[in-house]
Amino acid sequence: MLKISKLTVTVDGKTILNGLDLEVGPGEVHAIMGPNGSGKSTLANVIAGREGYQVTGGSVSFLGQDLLSLAPEKRAREGVFLAFQYPVEIPGVANVYLLKEAVNATRQHRGEEKLDAMDFLKLVREKLKLLQMKEEFLYRSVNEGFSGGEKKRNEIFQMAMLEPRLAVLDETDSGLDIDALKIVADGVNAQRSADRSVILVTHYQRLLDYIVPDRVHVLAGGRIVRSGDKHLALELEAQGYGWVESDPSTVSAA
Amino acid sequence: MSEGAANVAAYVAAQREQAPALPAFGTPSLDASRAQALESLSQLGLPSQRDEDWKYTSTRAITRAAFTPAVAGAPCPREFVSQTTIDGLDAWRLVFADGFWQPELSLLDDLPNGVQISGLGQSLGSEPQRIAALLGSALGQTPHGFIAMNSAFIGDGALIEIAPGTRVDKPIELLFISGCSGEGFLSLPRNLVVMGAGSQAAVIERHVSLADERLLSNSVSELILADNASLNYQSVQQVAPRGFHVGGMFARLGRSARLQATTVTMSGALVRNDALVNLDDEGGFASLDGLYLAFGRSHVDNHTHITHNAPHCVSREHYKGVLGDRGHAVFHGRIVVQPGAQKTDSVQNNQNLLLSADAEIDTKPQLEIYADDVKCAHGATVGQLDETAVFYLMSRGIDRQAARRMLTQAFAADVLNRIELPALRSYLEAQAAQRLSPEQIRESES
Ligand SMILES: Nc1ncnc2c1ncn2[C@@H]1O[C@H](COP(=O)(O)OP(=O)(O)OP(=O)(O)O)[C@@H](O)[C@H]1O
Ligand SMILES: [Mg+2]
Repeated sequence: MLKISKLTVTVDGKTILNGLDLEVGPGEVHAIMGPNGSGKSTLANVIAGREGYQVTGGSVSFLGQDLLSLAPEKRAREGVFLAFQYPVEIPGVANVYLLKEAVNATRQHRGEEKLDAMDFLKLVREKLKLLQMKEEFLYRSVNEGFSGGEKKRNEIFQMAMLEPRLAVLDETDSGLDIDALKIVADGVNAQRSADRSVILVTHYQRLLDYIVPDRVHVLAGGRIVRSGDKHLALELEAQGYGWVESDPSTVSAA
Repeated sequence: MSEGAANVAAYVAAQREQAPALPAFGTPSLDASRAQALESLSQLGLPSQRDEDWKYTSTRAITRAAFTPAVAGAPCPREFVSQTTIDGLDAWRLVFADGFWQPELSLLDDLPNGVQISGLGQSLGSEPQRIAALLGSALGQTPHGFIAMNSAFIGDGALIEIAPGTRVDKPIELLFISGCSGEGFLSLPRNLVVMGAGSQAAVIERHVSLADERLLSNSVSELILADNASLNYQSVQQVAPRGFHVGGMFARLGRSARLQATTVTMSGALVRNDALVNLDDEGGFASLDGLYLAFGRSHVDNHTHITHNAPHCVSREHYKGVLGDRGHAVFHGRIVVQPGAQKTDSVQNNQNLLLSADAEIDTKPQLEIYADDVKCAHGATVGQLDETAVFYLMSRGIDRQAARRMLTQAFAADVLNRIELPALRSYLEAQAAQRLSPEQIRESES
């Protein structure tokens, strides 16, 4: 699904990712953990195609194509989805309008007909239910005045609408209370399938109790310094990152 | 003779020639006020950038060209009127060709009691004294030569009189079509809206061009609101890319009267809107909203001037501009709080979205406060599209142009959302969407 090799990224001349390797197979869920400022969001943004990041080395291949050569909207239409760490408020653009444009752009890209109003509404209602969201959310401006938790839930609702092949969820668990966390996790789990991969960026083991990952990686110093199964997250929770960074078995990130 | 005066010699001569044929010529008070206006025009000339109130707007394109004041009789194609109408708008309608009322194109059937709508020229013919006495009463001092010119040529336009206590349940649309006489003509409509105590009405004043030609319309509307009257006044300029429009709205509000005005400028080579509001008695409320789009080489100047003459009045101004290409816009918001106008509550807000590096905005608040117990707030912003929001939309599969268009429309939406007539609101939304087409919102290569 996704193969990242020796990825090096700089921001304003400062190297943030430094030879990062990561491979995510179809249907797999990978968690990426790591200290603040280690480059997790940078990785997520580079995958989604955000401007302001200079890729100075390495490659990213998605479903066999060179992802980095595609414009952000093309990546989205090909099936890349980023749930933002800080979802953007867009006053004056109704949620439902964004969704309709987004869904139809992707459908057109795939050579499918645009959804008519009835089918669209049916789809929307089904996904709202999945995330236990009220219909009135549709008619509010995108994220405007949403609580932190509502914003995160809205991201996963958008994911459900867009049915991506690869979803990168950047700290979607931050700011959620226990109930909301469960709803969001259930929403993600309901979308797990053999042809959909998920990268979860998180600081908390708690999320991984609900969305059980196939692999857990630690990002530090610009590369993956440690990978393991779900037990790695438990060890990190108990011992902190200092343990990984000082562990001799850790690849040095110079 | 000053240089300013030289640029009006031809108009002064034209007025002298046309005056005897103007409606109600021979009515002493009207003859006198026309002559006085002509005198002001000769003295003031047309404004130039040396005038403080025209600092950012050059009238050279207008003064360089010689426009001929149109006379009655030019036909206006019926098909054009039907193409130009607003879908779903159930309104009484007056149509004007180069400023002259076209009864056969108008819809004034079944006017209810208490509602008088007619051509000003016709009414001047039948009741010269009474109408002449009303004209000019909302104007106050003549702010510049264009207004003087309009007053010197007073002849036709719309007259709307709503009797006290009458609530008009359909909007009244005034459709001004420029260019019926051909290229190079000047139209000078004068409108008068008289709202009796406690009356209620909605009026739409639209200025459109028959063809993309060098045309000038110079329009003045006087709105007189007696105590507790409530008027919704929407003025829309859809002027052709080569057309010029100078419009003035002058309102006087009595005790607890309400004026909700919206000015929407879609296009035009040069559009200047003056909005002057006098809050004359306690409890008055005036809200002025505006949306202006300036693309291509369009220049749009909104000049507002609200005077609080009495205590406990509220004024609200909310103007938004979207500028692209080499578009240039001006917002000048003057608020005067006269001595004794205590408890004035005034908010002025001007926000601008610049879509290209070559677009330009001059925004200037001007507060003159001569009372001490008042609340006056003002703010102006000039910004570009939020790149984070553009990326957010792109990350959902929406291409860059479409994302920019969505955000631009969203920026403009709140002004249009506040328009209370649904048919007009959707019409303007569609017009704005068309104006904000991909090529209009393209990014300049800079
Ligand atoms: N646009 C930018 N301009 C300047 N520096 C940036 C920019 N984006 C990221 N950085 C820097 O890159 C580093 C990595 O940031 P990033 O947001 O990827 O970290 P993160 O791992 O997601 O951290 P957190 O856990 O706090 O979300 C930080 O030092 C950050 O300051
Ligand atoms: Mg982050």
